[in-house]
Amino acid sequence: MATVIVNDKPVEIGADKINLVQAAERAGVLIPHYCWHPSLSVVASCRMCLVEVGEKKPDGSVAMQPRVVPACQTPAKDGTIVVTNSPKAKAAQAQTLEGLLLNHPLDCPVCDKAGECTLQDFSWKFGHAESRMIDDKFAPPNKDHIGEHITLFTDRCIKCSRCVRFTREISGTAELEFVHRGEHEEIDIFPGHPCNNKLAGNVVDLCPVGALGNKDFLYKQRVWYLKSHDSVCPDCSTGCSIHVDANKNIVYRLRPRENPQAQGWYMCDDGRFGFHYINSEHRFLRPFRRDKPGGSPQPAPWEAVLPELRQKLKDAVKQDGSSVVGVLSPFLTCEEAYLLAKYFKGLSGEVRLALGPVPVVGEDDVYPKDRKGKAVPLPEAKFVIHAEKCPNRKGVEEVLRHFQGEAVAFDEVLRWVDAGRVKALYLSGGYPPRPNGWIGDDAAKSLEKVPLLVVHDLLASPASERAHYVIPAASFAEKDGVFVNQAQLAQEIQRAIRPPGEVRTDGQVFLDLMERRGLVHAPTIRKELAKEVPYFASLAGEPGEHGLKLNGAAGK
Amino acid sequence: MPDHEPVLLRRVGKPGSQAIDGYLADGGYQALHKAVTTMTPEQVIDVVKTAGLRGRGGAGFPAGVKWGFLPKNHPGPIYLCVNGDESEPCTFNNRVLMEEDPHQFLEGVILTAYAVRAWVAYIYLRYEYGRSFRVLQRAIDEAYAKGYLGYDILGKGFNLQVYLHRGAGAYICGEETGLIESLEGKRAWPRIKPPFPAVEGAFRKPTIVNNIETLACVTHIVQRGADWFKSMGVPPDPKNPRDAGSYGPKLYNISGHVNKPGTIEAPLGITVRELVEKHGGGVWKGRKAKGAIPGGISMGIITEKEFDMPLDFNGPGKCACLGLGTGAVTVFDEETSIVDVLYNITRFFAHESCGQCTPCREGTGWMFKMMDRIRRGQGRKEDLAILDEVAKSIGIMPGTTICGLADGAGWPVKNAVEKFREELEGYIKQGKKTTPLTLVGAH
Ligand SMILES: Cc1cc2nc3c(=O)[nH]c(=O)nc-3n(C[C@H](O)[C@H](O)[C@H](O)COP(=O)(O)O)c2cc1C
Ligand code: SF4
Ligand code: SF4
Ligand code: SF4
Ligand code: FES
Repeated sequence: MATVIVNDKPVEIGADKINLVQAAERAGVLIPHYCWHPSLSVVASCRMCLVEVGEKKPDGSVAMQPRVVPACQTPAKDGTIVVTNSPKAKAAQAQTLEGLLLNHPLDCPVCDKAGECTLQDFSWKFGHAESRMIDDKFAPPNKDHIGEHITLFTDRCIKCSRCVRFTREISGTAELEFVHRGEHEEIDIFPGHPCNNKLAGNVVDLCPVGALGNKDFLYKQRVWYLKSHDSVCPDCSTGCSIHVDANKNIVYRLRPRENPQAQGWYMCDDGRFGFHYINSEHRFLRPFRRDKPGGSPQPAPWEAVLPELRQKLKDAVKQDGSSVVGVLSPFLTCEEAYLLAKYFKGLSGEVRLALGPVPVVGEDDVYPKDRKGKAVPLPEAKFVIHAEKCPNRKGVEEVLRHFQGEAVAFDEVLRWVDAGRVKALYLSGGYPPRPNGWIGDDAAKSLEKVPLLVVHDLLASPASERAHYVIPAASFAEKDGVFVNQAQLAQEIQRAIRPPGEVRTDGQVFLDLMERRGLVHAPTIRKELAKEVPYFASLAGEPGEHGLKLNGAAGK
Repeated sequence: MPDHEPVLLRRVGKPGSQAIDGYLADGGYQALHKAVTTMTPEQVIDVVKTAGLRGRGGAGFPAGVKWGFLPKNHPGPIYLCVNGDESEPCTFNNRVLMEEDPHQFLEGVILTAYAVRAWVAYIYLRYEYGRSFRVLQRAIDEAYAKGYLGYDILGKGFNLQVYLHRGAGAYICGEETGLIESLEGKRAWPRIKPPFPAVEGAFRKPTIVNNIETLACVTHIVQRGADWFKSMGVPPDPKNPRDAGSYGPKLYNISGHVNKPGTIEAPLGITVRELVEKHGGGVWKGRKAKGAIPGGISMGIITEKEFDMPLDFNGPGKCACLGLGTGAVTVFDEETSIVDVLYNITRFFAHESCGQCTPCREGTGWMFKMMDRIRRGQGRKEDLAILDEVAKSIGIMPGTTICGLADGAGWPVKNAVEKFREELEGYIKQGKKTTPLTLVGAH
């Protein structure tokens, strides 16, 4: 077993190939660093991580190197000694920070990064309180044109080159570059080639300071007012782990959350910037009822709508169970899908269940790409944006397989409708507004044949326009539960804000339909699900912050 | 010391010294014939090692030892990069070799490629050297035409392609890994080491980087043998087991306030004084010298009192300088303000720092700002302490940077603060303003 000694404290590192920043972290010691990032190449240029390093020989003698070394560039080996707090190491760290602040504007009061800026944090912890430079700072102009979603406060840049390496090594699109030399060095783009790749937003998270800004979030909130909630991006079947940053029931920002089991470190711009529908004023805020076809929908209280619906569905089942169809959207959590399936199968085993429309756009989008847009072969991929634009097809399918024996596709449901075999149709949704929508006009028109059409969704669609009942759905940020991504990783989403208006979470609506009492509690339902559906058996415990792989016995 | 019979400069000034016919008539390409017909590549490495040839590019690393770092039995390709970036201020000895006798050094390139089994050699040439470019390109074409380059050289089944690459106009392109990056078409940002170029260099393949003068010496070592080479220069200091000695002839540049600036050749170990008095025709205008830069400004500054310092690989260190550097001495006379000297020097490094490492990028900029302010008469006493602190804390020596540019940037500053403290303090106290200098060649 290899042992590294960090500030006199031995720490086992096993056979892991790690550097001294990582080894120190395992010993609970923070070595400040800027340029180093675990997903990017090592350049060891910021020199923030300077430490003293030595070696403990097998005979017990200690040999220290005469000069300070960058911890990020030094591999941890058995017997490596790391000293981060000696006068020499501390002087080197303070010197680097003094250098970084020489030309830094220190405009923290108006800087979006303030509060989560490592230049602030490290200066506080490892630096000097005052600058000894009395000369003018170099102040290059800001560059708002750097990208559609990103902006550059040029003078705040500490030249760590993370953003440059990201566009070269992860997106591969190589839009960002340094121009000029020495202290006049600036981040820039090649004229006319802004940084608009689908992963561009990540450079803002990578930027240790407030140099790169997220235009969508800029000046919306001071970050210390935000509360961060662990969740999963619902925009595609990659299922990136994310933070949902919200304040007072408004989601302001999504950020990727590191998860080696899911996507790694990053997320795409579609997901990152595509969440504003959560706060949309067009959302359904209460149930609606449409009394006559083509008539305008009338708001109706839950207390009236739920019993009515329950009764009408019961009646339909009584007439012919197989003419009642429950459609489970791939935006439902596993728990919700389970409840809805259970509700319908509880009415009658004959009720048919099917999978809601699965939006697919183009092909899987693989990174890094070269400048011409050609992607690397899949095994070398560093990031994949999946063509399947929903978070939980896999999970919902497994629920369907259990209750229905198969996951019937939505097209099949439309054929049943055309054949006049459907008397009651419950369409669950949760679809975000995306180009072309989740259901076309023609398909929706054919639904006019159905005597009882219930649409349970976030926003108006051709289907909701024809529905007899519209039930408002809750967005992913408003509920708890589990999504299963394309790699069968089950991850938890967490409620970050309260549903707007009179909206109840989907799970709550299903409970209410089932006449089960009380408030929905996802972990309780999940336990039931784990017990009842073998595919989900391992979810009986906590999924954990990195989720659980479900490639167990039942599913493929 | 008897007058040195020039070796490297022996053909300089001869009519047609650049043409291959003249070179052949003077016995050129004999060393190559000798090597490929009678020596194995290993024997070439051995003779260079035995000769104790140390790199002339600044660091003084033994060439044969460096070649020995290449991985054994490597399937190739192995590259040879010839460092002709020559951007160290006051330095122009490579230029003389390229412009006046290109085949001498080209033969050294071919010999070295033979020794290290390189198939391709890139000559990375300082962009501003237009004449060198034309002369060299002609020489390369001639060598191809005569079969000294290309495939199956001299019928011995040894192939070598030589490409002449014009540089990217930055000082940092001369640092060996900056050079490699630039050669690959990237920004000349020096790489972190390890891996060293001999293991992973140009295009991530094993690569040897040598200076032009180093390679010119190889020609003569192969031709005349290691003993001949060791008959010149200074043997190792017996008290220092790590000293590899300072053997062979060396080109010295002399510039600045002397009557006769130029390039001369002498065995390693000539003193600054001899260089100035004997070869440089003494200090100009009948003045005395105040000091000098011993080997390019990266090496530091010496006072006139230190002029007896020998210019070998050890001498400058004894006067608190960084090393021999390029052997380019620049004299400044007694009327030159040390403030102006430092202003100019700090401006150069602030302009040339590649900007990668925080301590170098910010430190060079800060030192220049301080010198600029001091020169304008707004210096503070504490500025000298800060200058000294910054100068001492940036560089590979203290461990705070990736390449040696920062060491070179700090060295003259810390030397000056120590050796010319009185003058600097006096200047600051007076708050004196100088008339702005017209600086030649800076931009
Ligand atoms: C900032 C910097 C600039 C350099 N510039 C040059 C140069 O212009 N020419 C050169 O031969 N070596 C230069 N060097 C030294 C090279 O890195 C390298 O040591 C040398 O080319 C090796 O050749 P040699 O062993 O034959 O001397 C420079 C080094 C540094 C740190
Ligand atoms: S980048 Fe950090 S230190 Fe700089 S202004 Fe913004 S918050 Fe302050
Ligand atoms: S913009 Fe940010 S990430 Fe990019 S180099 Fe500057 S500090 Fe680093
Ligand atoms: S020391 Fe200076 S020149 Fe060298 S790599 Fe670092 S910043 Fe660039
Ligand atoms: S984090 Fe190690 S040098 Fe930047």
